[in-house]
Amino acid sequence: MIGIVIAGVGGQGTLLASKILGTLAIEHGYDVRVSEVHGMSQRGGSVITYVRMSIDSPVYSTLVEQEQADAVLAFEKLEALRALPYLKPETGTMIVNTQEILPMPVITGSAKYPEDALETVKAKAAKVVEIDAIGLAEKSGTSRAANVVMLGVLAHSLPFSHEDWMKAIELNVKPKFIEVNKTAFEKGYAFKA
Amino acid sequence: MKQLMLGNEAIARGAYEAGVRVSSAYPGTPSTEINENMSQYEEVYSEWAPNEKVAVEVALGASVAGARAMSAMKHVGLNVAADPYFTASYTGVNAGLVLVVADDPGMHSSQNEQDTRMLAAAAHTPVLDPSNSQECKDYMKLAFELSEEYDTPVILRVTTRIAHARTIVELGERVDLPLREYKKERKFVAMPATAIMRHRYVEEREKRLSEAANTMDINRVEWADKEIGVITSGAAYNYVKDALPNASVLKLGLAYPLPEALIKDFAKEVKTLYVIEDMEPFYENAIKAMGIPCSGKDKTGIQGELFSRKIAAKFAGAPEPGPMQTPDIPIRPPVLCPGCPHRGLFYVLSKRKLTVCSDIGCYTLGALPPLNAVDTCVCMGASVSMAHGMEKALGKESAKKTVAVIGDSTFTHSGITGLLNMVYNSSIGTLIIADNDITGMTGHQNNPTNGRDIHGNPAPKLDLEAFCKAMGIKHVVVVDPFDLKELERVVKEETSRDELSVIISRRPCALIVKQPGIPYFSDPELCRDCGMCLKIGCPAIKKVEGGVFVDATLCVGCGLCAKVCPFGALGPVKKGEAI
Repeated sequence: MIGIVIAGVGGQGTLLASKILGTLAIEHGYDVRVSEVHGMSQRGGSVITYVRMSIDSPVYSTLVEQEQADAVLAFEKLEALRALPYLKPETGTMIVNTQEILPMPVITGSAKYPEDALETVKAKAAKVVEIDAIGLAEKSGTSRAANVVMLGVLAHSLPFSHEDWMKAIELNVKPKFIEVNKTAFEKGYAFKA
Repeated sequence: MKQLMLGNEAIARGAYEAGVRVSSAYPGTPSTEINENMSQYEEVYSEWAPNEKVAVEVALGASVAGARAMSAMKHVGLNVAADPYFTASYTGVNAGLVLVVADDPGMHSSQNEQDTRMLAAAAHTPVLDPSNSQECKDYMKLAFELSEEYDTPVILRVTTRIAHARTIVELGERVDLPLREYKKERKFVAMPATAIMRHRYVEEREKRLSEAANTMDINRVEWADKEIGVITSGAAYNYVKDALPNASVLKLGLAYPLPEALIKDFAKEVKTLYVIEDMEPFYENAIKAMGIPCSGKDKTGIQGELFSRKIAAKFAGAPEPGPMQTPDIPIRPPVLCPGCPHRGLFYVLSKRKLTVCSDIGCYTLGALPPLNAVDTCVCMGASVSMAHGMEKALGKESAKKTVAVIGDSTFTHSGITGLLNMVYNSSIGTLIIADNDITGMTGHQNNPTNGRDIHGNPAPKLDLEAFCKAMGIKHVVVVDPFDLKELERVVKEETSRDELSVIISRRPCALIVKQPGIPYFSDPELCRDCGMCLKIGCPAIKKVEGGVFVDATLCVGCGLCAKVCPFGALGPVKKGEAI
């Protein structure tokens, strides 16, 4: 059973990442379930998506729970810290986009953004990859491809080939965005922490 | 063909394959995508209705006429539609009639955790409870068959984790059903003489269904170790399979009426019987009433969602999962978007320290800091009537310090009758219609006030000003919520009147009609660090040492911050200028 958590802020577009993962799973004969969040928290709140896939047993629950995630894809630093309890303690990989988006309690001054968010994550997670996914996505042609840059990093933790990923990207993005997304994936795939 | 489908998408697909011809609904999380998907099927007539009562009546009319019909709604939508629904249970159907009702345990996007199974049982109608998208599709088809076979409306009940999960689905073909012949039948006229006769039928129907439930494929036993037996359904079934892999399981696909003989046989075979269900002890109480010892809710409670580790801990002695909240980190509540028109409105209401009866929609977020502008929010339309109730309790002077705030879509859903009551019963109150030209929170559906139908085609547009005037309201004022000075003047003037007023605060949703897009910046030379711009609660403005910083990636250039800055420190970035 492979458990992946995608954590971000409403509006960051975590949906494409889970769709690509779902396609990969189906194409390779895995059972797969994806849980999404719609509605109120999409308005700038914390949003979390779960992906569970298995080649040798049926997947029942759609939720990745505490200490069940093989990888967490965090689109924002504070959300990485928030999603930390999901990670498998000994083996889990945390992939963090180093963007900072301040939540309203920080903006109004009633709370402080934890400056040491990344340090706390590093102290607790077995493996952490920090990446400026937006910067790398911009170099690929659009900052909107940051999610696919992150998938490029994740690819090293999952049992699918480079070619499989390319095919899954082709199946999930509009034809005119395929090239830019493939370039973005390569940037993440080649990224060395 | 196999594909990964959202539960809601699979429900729509099932309805399509079942030959549904008419689908009417009002959006509501977590049900919205069902009717959105229905609108993609050319063979089906679909529409957004102003509310769930209207939608269910439309579907009932279509069913009586001879077409398979459906209506999808969130759990509280069934409260609105309860009136036609409870009597439709008596009238029965001609062609199949299915209501899809989406419950929200854990309240991801809702105001309560009510359990639809209890309402359906109160109406004596069958309920199906699928556990994944394939079952969503299959049960939808079965629901239409049951509806026609037993002459009853049927509820397909889902929960958030089924509606909003993608699992693998095998697609089928649409059946091409002819319309059933329409006959004038007494049962469709619900007056005492017929209703008495039909109530007898309802009781007899329920007994037949209950008997048939014992042999339905969707109620199935999965034998394993007999030390522990679990009766479960829906999302809870998935968690049970993960958490208690060795337990024998009776999976209920039909949540009501219950298969008594099947349950008794299962209970006899297992040593300890647990009933594991989200929300209320609906099965557990019924099974106890059958005289069968069992337990479940004493361990899980009724509040919040079930999940695998919780079940493993409560029923198999696994270690209790620790808290999922990382301590001491700021929460990230949802916020009004950058450029949101509601921000100007709530800034003024907060500044004027008014009591605000608000309503259901994005604008409920005006309750959160720093705006803190909202006093009440209960259900669709309650803003209008609650403000009226406050006025009648506390008198005219209180009415001058109170406003009701309701969105355009919520107004047509349930605000109109409340406003009519204010007119009729001589209110001097003030209603503000926050008209952003869309149904926002559920993901931008068209409605009767914005001139577009479910497909985005032109449709008649309700003229809110003319409508309010036609009700007999003399003072109807339209104002732009980003014209803060004018808005404040209007609010002051209309609340102080000894007559009823309606203020239409009109500006389109910032996600639909884009702002100029030139980001603003704060000039440190001019900023005096007074904090005024932080009072509007814009996610793009951050407090920094000695002043503020506007995040250019989030700012949409609406300029509201510049209007509240007393020192002219905020303005649009000029071309070529560094931020």
